[in-house]
Amino acid sequence: MNFFEFLQQNWSELLALTREHLYLVFVSTAIAVLIGVPLGVLLTRRKSLQTPVLGIANILQTVPSLALFGLLIPLAYIGGIGAKTAIIALTLYSFLPIIRNTVAGISGVDAKVKEAATAMGMTDWQTLKQVELPLALPVILTGIRVAVVIAVGVATIAAAVGAGGLGTYIFRGLRQNDNNLLLAGAISSAILALFADFALGQIEKLYALENLRNKASQNKRKFVLIGTAVLMTAIFVLPFVSNSRFQIPNSRNDSESGNQTIRVGSKDFTESIILAEIMAQTLEKRGITVERRYELGGNLAHEALLSNQIDVYPEYTGTAFTAILKRPPLTDTQKVYDETKAEYAGKFDLNLSPPLGFSNDFAILVRGEAARQNNLQTVSQAVPLSKNWQAGFGQDFMSRADGYAGFAKAYNFNFTKQPREMDLSLTYRALASGQIDLIAGNSTDGLIAALDLFQLADDKKYFPPYQAVFIARNDKSEVLRETFAKLHNAISTDEMRRLNYAVDGEKLAPKTVAAEWISRVYK
Amino acid sequence: MAEKSSIIVEFRAVNFQIGDAMIIDDLNLRIYKGEILILLGESGCGKTTTLKLINRLIEPTNGEVLVEGKATTDWNAIDLRRRIGYVLQEAGLFPHYTIAENVALVPRLENWEAEKIRRRTTEMLELVGLNPNKFADRFPHELSGGQRQRVGVARALAANPDLLLLDEPFGALDALTRVNLQKEFAALVKDLGKTAVFVTHDLHEAFVLGTRICLMDKGKIVLNDTPENFQKADLPLARAYLETVSSIERKI
Repeated sequence: MNFFEFLQQNWSELLALTREHLYLVFVSTAIAVLIGVPLGVLLTRRKSLQTPVLGIANILQTVPSLALFGLLIPLAYIGGIGAKTAIIALTLYSFLPIIRNTVAGISGVDAKVKEAATAMGMTDWQTLKQVELPLALPVILTGIRVAVVIAVGVATIAAAVGAGGLGTYIFRGLRQNDNNLLLAGAISSAILALFADFALGQIEKLYALENLRNKASQNKRKFVLIGTAVLMTAIFVLPFVSNSRFQIPNSRNDSESGNQTIRVGSKDFTESIILAEIMAQTLEKRGITVERRYELGGNLAHEALLSNQIDVYPEYTGTAFTAILKRPPLTDTQKVYDETKAEYAGKFDLNLSPPLGFSNDFAILVRGEAARQNNLQTVSQAVPLSKNWQAGFGQDFMSRADGYAGFAKAYNFNFTKQPREMDLSLTYRALASGQIDLIAGNSTDGLIAALDLFQLADDKKYFPPYQAVFIARNDKSEVLRETFAKLHNAISTDEMRRLNYAVDGEKLAPKTVAAEWISRVYK
Repeated sequence: MAEKSSIIVEFRAVNFQIGDAMIIDDLNLRIYKGEILILLGESGCGKTTTLKLINRLIEPTNGEVLVEGKATTDWNAIDLRRRIGYVLQEAGLFPHYTIAENVALVPRLENWEAEKIRRRTTEMLELVGLNPNKFADRFPHELSGGQRQRVGVARALAANPDLLLLDEPFGALDALTRVNLQKEFAALVKDLGKTAVFVTHDLHEAFVLGTRICLMDKGKIVLNDTPENFQKADLPLARAYLETVSSIERKI
């Protein structure tokens, strides 16, 4: 499928994502202006505050966006997942250019003009409103323009906290190794940024001093003011998007009304989305209303579960055991399951479902061609060859307890080149294209077959088991019990690999793949 | 008593300090109604500071400045400033206001009726020699320096203040424009019966305009006399100023 065919088939989704993207940018910029401009004015009145406030805004801007999103997740009221968190993060990023330009614009007004205003008996408020703000407006508008352009870019990261927007395509494209998705997301957000830059630049010109008298500019200024007012009203008053991710999380328990809603979450990779979709559709078949909150990166899904923003999501016992409970890795499958279940119940009041039937273990992968040439079957056989290999691992694998450090030690690996730490989904591409020689992927990944990769057997039994389960809030156990029982041992490793490939390789929607699986298994 | 009632501004033992720097040092001065008082001196001598103490753009560190018998610190600063006209170098016009809007500034702040403001603005522009039909709707950047300074004077006079403060208003103008404006201004102030305090470093200007000259040096008034007596003064600084004028006259 070429890019234009892709656009033809997906333009309505692309449009919806663009609308979400614009919503995030508009709302956050509007809030940043409403707070930032008055704050900037205050700084021109209390000059001693300038250094600390601008310093804080400066620091906020240097916090990497993904880290800022992560920091906001566990916070009560302002945090969580979805559009709200993204808007708060974007607002924080927009502060610096808006505050700084407000201060610079007002400070830049000719001292003689300010002296005249005071000497003529204007009050501070009159001077501000009638002299300083009108004269500083072009500079303030430049600040807003910079803020909007930054926000359009940063908003792509918002997809990581389930806020939607064009980043959804970019993340999905990276994960599924799909250039069409990547390009659609990246080009659209670039076009948005350029367009916003141009449009706001034109508005800036209308407010420049030399255009004040121009009749045409006067009419256009009226048009801009009315347009802005209409837009703001539309965004704040009308329910602009009916998508569930824009509704304020509802933590009420609806069980007594009989009208059950289950909020299903997922992590930010294909398999998790497919499993979540299987759960969602199985529940829907029972007449239960489902809210979907997918693609939560890192430990966000766990945090969302704890803060009552989702009710259930797919997880792996090994991850829960080592990454969340911080226990040292164990290799006994049953023991890991039992201890995780007990500790989750005691510590978090969360419930583990019975195993779904497959494990998604770490898979040490090499190119199929390299495996065939050297007749490799196990990790141990690869050790002597690996001296000059370049390994590449996801950030997760590099940092976790059962990850790289222990692995290298257990097998006595001695890479002369420091392994590359990079995005997990990118390691597959890098391996297939020969830029790196060994990666740690996931054993159920559909890309293994699609890219002709070979999984080396973990002959020293280093990796702990990663049985797939669902984790749910205890207050939803009653509702979920039936579905948990139904999915017990329902999916084999081969089956999961096939489902993953259907999405990553054949580019089918997770929704379609899940529906097809359900109809096949529960005829 | 009669003399006392005609005092419009009085400095009583006024000091003004910034940190340790003494900008105004024990200043005592009475300004009478109808005078054009010149504050003459080099930059840094404290003449502009003296001016700004009158409309409370700054407040004395010690002592008090009385305007119409009341200390500036007892006045509401806004009320005080609106009844005193102020003209500054390069006019300080609002670049985003038309000429008419600039002139109408104080009447508008004082909430005059629109029609009264319009009449007053026209009157003021005519008074300073600018054709209202031609200039009212223009913006400051479309005017010459001299024209802008005329607007500055019109703005200062618009609310009909008794007292005008002028901070080197003609300093940045070319010589011919300056001489014309000086003459017109002197006639204008006399005709209208205003009191003016005029800051300059130009003795020639002081002679053309002043009814009294205060020569300032290092925050003090070193000579306070009529232009006639100034010419006879023995004070070295005064002689130095006179030299600048007479050397020009000799050449001519």
